[in-house]
Amino acid sequence: MTKQGNRHHKQYHSVKQNKNRRCFLLFAAPSLLGTAVFVLLPFLDVAGRSFRTVITGRFAGLENYRTVFTNQAFALAVGNTLRFTLVCIPLLVVIGLAVAVPVSRMRGAGTVKSLYLFPMALPTAAVVIVWKMVFYRGGFLNLLLTRLGELAGAWGEVRFDYLGGGASFWVLVFSYIWKNTGYTVILWLAGIQGIPTELSEAAYVDGATRRQCFFRVVLPNLKGSLYTIVILSFLNSFKIYREAYLVAGSYPQKDMYLLQHLFSNWFVNLEFDKMAAATVCVGLFLFAVIMLLQWLWDRKDI
Amino acid sequence: MFFFKREKYDNCVIQKAARLVGQYAVKAIVLLPAVLVCLPVFLLVTGAVADAAELSSRLSPLLSEESGFIHWKIVPDYPTFAHYGKLLFMTPQFFILFWNSVKMTFGILAGQLLVGVPAAWAFAVYQARGGRMLFGLYVVLMLLPFQVLMLSDYLVLHDLGMLNTQGAVVIPAVFATMPVFITYGGFRGIPVQLIEAARIDGAGEWRIFCMIGLPLGKSGIMSAMVLGFLEYWNMMEQPMAFLEDKALWPLSLYLPQITWEQAGAAFAASVIMLIPSVFVFLWGQEHLEQGIIYSGLKE
Repeated sequence: MTKQGNRHHKQYHSVKQNKNRRCFLLFAAPSLLGTAVFVLLPFLDVAGRSFRTVITGRFAGLENYRTVFTNQAFALAVGNTLRFTLVCIPLLVVIGLAVAVPVSRMRGAGTVKSLYLFPMALPTAAVVIVWKMVFYRGGFLNLLLTRLGELAGAWGEVRFDYLGGGASFWVLVFSYIWKNTGYTVILWLAGIQGIPTELSEAAYVDGATRRQCFFRVVLPNLKGSLYTIVILSFLNSFKIYREAYLVAGSYPQKDMYLLQHLFSNWFVNLEFDKMAAATVCVGLFLFAVIMLLQWLWDRKDI
Repeated sequence: MFFFKREKYDNCVIQKAARLVGQYAVKAIVLLPAVLVCLPVFLLVTGAVADAAELSSRLSPLLSEESGFIHWKIVPDYPTFAHYGKLLFMTPQFFILFWNSVKMTFGILAGQLLVGVPAAWAFAVYQARGGRMLFGLYVVLMLLPFQVLMLSDYLVLHDLGMLNTQGAVVIPAVFATMPVFITYGGFRGIPVQLIEAARIDGAGEWRIFCMIGLPLGKSGIMSAMVLGFLEYWNMMEQPMAFLEDKALWPLSLYLPQITWEQAGAAFAASVIMLIPSVFVFLWGQEHLEQGIIYSGLKE
């Protein structure tokens, strides 16, 4: 290219760049502005407050962080929340896949998909009324277990209160799985259907069994789906607070006390200094987890 | 010889039968939980038409320490529409709460259309410097739970004097980044050549957005709206934090306040509350599925 042509080329590109930037800003302006005003700037404010006392606004260094980390309620809530996510997400991922694989081979899968997705349409408040009818002492679950026991002659009346003690944690797990299996199935299905059929056909031609084909061809190709499912399940796991709150209120027994309860209670009690420090910690932690997952996925992108 | 042949034949039949049974077993295993999934609706719908006295006798063993169990009937002994009638015709508060839910949900969705859709278009079409980083920021914000944003929301709403107004629930949700991400997924499917061709033909950028972007990106926009509706119709955390005045509450917060003594009313209110979202679900299921797939796409 001649010198002049080169210059023209560059000029054309910078004009295009400028135009692109102008158009980008025009279209995105309301959203960017709103995000800045309602999320980013106040978040900086929160970060600032985490180093100050709540009433006098005096600089307190890391005092708030120290309070948070020595706070027993915080330790309990973090523990429960971690336990909840570590139990639920693997469970949801596996159950979703276990449903998606047979459904992907099934004719008339539409109905099955709708049935699994349906809980997404049910308002939590309505669902919790039903859970109470199922899980209270005299509820449907105990009724079923008692009848089964009578039938087998093995045990008598079951009167266990699932919402009272440690079992309530598992009721939350159940409720989470019940609500979230549907979209997990959809994401797995999209992943399975995105694998070119030639791949598995080639494997069969080479003499692979069905099982081999699944573990060697299908599963490795679903890594991208796994990443998104984990991320979205993680996001949705925080919404279990609605069920927990409706079942047991602001101060449930300690197996159910989640980070979300703690934040709400600090908020109601105007303990903004602790809350600010905890917000920064949890925010940074979540940011690190998201980045880690993304990095894991990018590292060996297939 | 004959014996061997016979065995081979038998094996074949057994295998075939086993495969058939296996297929049905898989179907049953997949379908059974799916049916269980729908039981709650069944309970609510049949409970809502049962007489109050009947309901209280059915439900009273529920909380008792000693013995007895809840029992249920598909067709109640004394079917009645009294609960619905009472809610719809004799409880004006119920209408106010229902209307609150409608106002807030549609306010949020309308705002997201106006703000989020152009932003998604900007991210999808114009490769400006720094755009990718901003988009990464949007993705991270999309993934942060409400509790992390609660205090910052509160501070800005306090400064703007919007606390205890429905705007406090609507405005922050308008700037949520989830719909931007989902709509972006729809816009990404539009071929670049099409946009280039329109430009060469002299169409302005706004015109391209309206004539190409909106019609072809419709599925992304609809997906974001359907997902948004199901989310905001069920919203609890935000109104609980920012609305003190119960007259401003949405139905989703009022419903849990109904006690067991008024179980019939609770069932009827639940049914009325789930009608709109079930309707949106049935009507927009395609969009819902597409939206879930968009939400799972990586940039």
